Amino acid sequence: MLEPSSAELLQHRVVPMLQEIQEQFGYIPCEGVDWLAEKLKISKQEIYGVVTFYNHFRQNPPGEHEIKVCLGTACHVGGGEKLLGTISEKLGIDSGETTPDGKFSLERVACVGACALAPAVVLDEDVHGRMTQRLLKRLLDKVQKEK
Amino acid sequence: MISVADINKIEVLVCLGTGCESSKSNALFDNLEEQVKKHKLREKVVIKRIGCHGLCEQGPVIAIEPEGLFYCQVKPDDIKKIVESHFKNNIPIEELFFVSPTGETISHYRDIPFYSKQHRVVLKNSGHIDPGSIDDYIVEGGYKGLTRSLKEMTPEEVVDEVLQSGLRGRGGAGFPAGLKWKLGRNSPGDKKYAICNADEGDPGAFMDGSILTADPHSVLEGLSICAYAIGADEAYIYVRHEYPSSVASLKKALKDSYERGYLGQGILGTNYNLEIHLMEGAGAFVCGEETALMASIEGKRGMPRPRPPFPTESGLWGKPTVINNVKSLANASIILREGWEWFKSIGTEGSSGTAIFSLTGKVRNTGLVEVPMGATLRNIIFDVGGGVQENRTFKAVQTGGPAGGCLPADKLDLPVDFDSLREAGAIMGSGGMIVMDETTCMVDVARYFLSFTQQESCGKCTPCRMGTLQMLRILDKIREGRGEEGDIEKLLELCETVVSGSLCGLGQNAPNPVLTTIKYFRDEYETHIKEKVCSAMVCSDLVKFTIEPGKCIGCTACKRICPSGAVEGERDEVHTIDQNLCIKCGACFEVCPPKADAVMKVPSYGTSSKGGAQ
Repeated sequence: MLEPSSAELLQHRVVPMLQEIQEQFGYIPCEGVDWLAEKLKISKQEIYGVVTFYNHFRQNPPGEHEIKVCLGTACHVGGGEKLLGTISEKLGIDSGETTPDGKFSLERVACVGACALAPAVVLDEDVHGRMTQRLLKRLLDKVQKEK
Repeated sequence: MISVADINKIEVLVCLGTGCESSKSNALFDNLEEQVKKHKLREKVVIKRIGCHGLCEQGPVIAIEPEGLFYCQVKPDDIKKIVESHFKNNIPIEELFFVSPTGETISHYRDIPFYSKQHRVVLKNSGHIDPGSIDDYIVEGGYKGLTRSLKEMTPEEVVDEVLQSGLRGRGGAGFPAGLKWKLGRNSPGDKKYAICNADEGDPGAFMDGSILTADPHSVLEGLSICAYAIGADEAYIYVRHEYPSSVASLKKALKDSYERGYLGQGILGTNYNLEIHLMEGAGAFVCGEETALMASIEGKRGMPRPRPPFPTESGLWGKPTVINNVKSLANASIILREGWEWFKSIGTEGSSGTAIFSLTGKVRNTGLVEVPMGATLRNIIFDVGGGVQENRTFKAVQTGGPAGGCLPADKLDLPVDFDSLREAGAIMGSGGMIVMDETTCMVDVARYFLSFTQQESCGKCTPCRMGTLQMLRILDKIREGRGEEGDIEKLLELCETVVSGSLCGLGQNAPNPVLTTIKYFRDEYETHIKEKVCSAMVCSDLVKFTIEPGKCIGCTACKRICPSGAVEGERDEVHTIDQNLCIKCGACFEVCPPKADAVMKVPSYGTSSKGGAQ
């Protein structure tokens, strides 16, 4: 009586479990939603509602390399938008998309907390601060050459 | 075993805050370990990982304690020198000391104005203790507040202490924390929850994340004190998943606290029990709003609901719940340790304690700053921050994130506290402070914040969902040089509708950046609309890049970097930019060698080419 009901406790696990699914697959596949709906006894619609609400969840596979351009305030003022434009032009994709060869995906993110080193670009797990167009070119050339 | 620093030992603190980490301070740590081992200095040198030390601008930084020497912008190759010269032969490396803008070399961080002009209370431990060591925290007086609360005070007395201290919620709104605790305490019910709101979503703010990474126990202690005060046996920390280092730091701290008996059953030998759960957010800004945050913990879409009922009456799963920001809780630990009188003696009458800001943008010393409430914006930006970068002119300062406002130069002497900032149209917010100079366009800034809130609007209230979109369209029009007479008035009217027709703080405050920029920088809007000129040369539709034929040396630097192939011309020939292909990223402008200085950024409409050059 005092605790949340069992149905409430199952619902409570939706977000953490979706995070685990994404951790494992890199995105939330449809099958993942089906499985979770069954497991937590919650409708698929409701789970899709959660998946689409939160920015963190993606419904298509990410590229081999993930490029995130920080567009927090400090990065914006420091020219983050222009960096995004350059990457988008070079890779031929917009933010939220993956290159046809599956090598790169591009995302705009709100703030990675490296404001003091704005503008920042995150390549996979590495934060690259104080980005300039010159450094960006070097960085992109380097990963594009990698096999 | 509590390890007390041995005075004969050298303590090397390597900053692993987000700023320093992104300048590869991890590699420094590994190099240090290796070198110290190689030179058999293990007995003499202790290496510690620390959270944000503060002066991110100079990262990666290394502090040498106990004397407080400070090395800036350390590169992996410098480590060998530091170990051999400093640690082995006691000769510090002078060229790694801080150099002030006037050219003065400062060896100790306490003498650097950035630090000496601050008053660090909450950030006292940040950058000085190993966040992974509960003992380090205890040595600094940690868990004294919790011990005092549990062993010497009734919950009511704890509530009273916080009430007396005058602590106001550091999440932004400034609601008295003690009052919130009292309401939670007095709400009937056997099951209650305490929540720490660590969903720091404001772009341009990294205080909460830094505190969690650098001093996680201070927040856990505050949360435990809050839970005890209101009578909760369960608590949640809702932290942004975008902060992996905060999450890792919290996990370790939780584990240690359970092991040491600061959490769990029968805490510190009393009959008080508390479980703290960690929940990672999933990237929705609106979840920083308390009712949305609770919906998110419940596993639902994080959408706010009307208040009342307030969370203190009906919160998580319908139970009385008290939600506090990270900094409020860290402050609570200190209040219970030092007493309310001490806390109240800092700051102003209406806002006691200190204010913490992440100082960023076009300021010289970017980093984490703590000053007493009532310090002026000028104190923060010029005394601590060292003024505007490259001696450019200060134009505006933005506080409070997307819900805040931009204040102009004539407000620089405004004291920073909850009430003064609100009066001027900005808000204290959670603590983002972004400095802007003449190269920042205020219309662009307003549009930036609005596009953020527009995207993050949960969509529940139509005025917020549609109103912000309409405002965004008008701002885009102005930015693209299609602004018309009457647009400013239309914007102001929409602002009013969005403010009055939205349920939660996101919508109610979304127009603030637009309102304040119109209030203080209306002339900039007008130049955009009437003359089609962006004086800061930011709005890309109103500027173009050209190459001055007389100056171009044909080095192909611009041609090589141009991502869109807009630059034409062979080596040793004069280059030109095809305006139809140009995406205005400014790469050519950046790389054109100073000796040539041939790439120019010019207005694309306006005086020189009337009628529009495009």
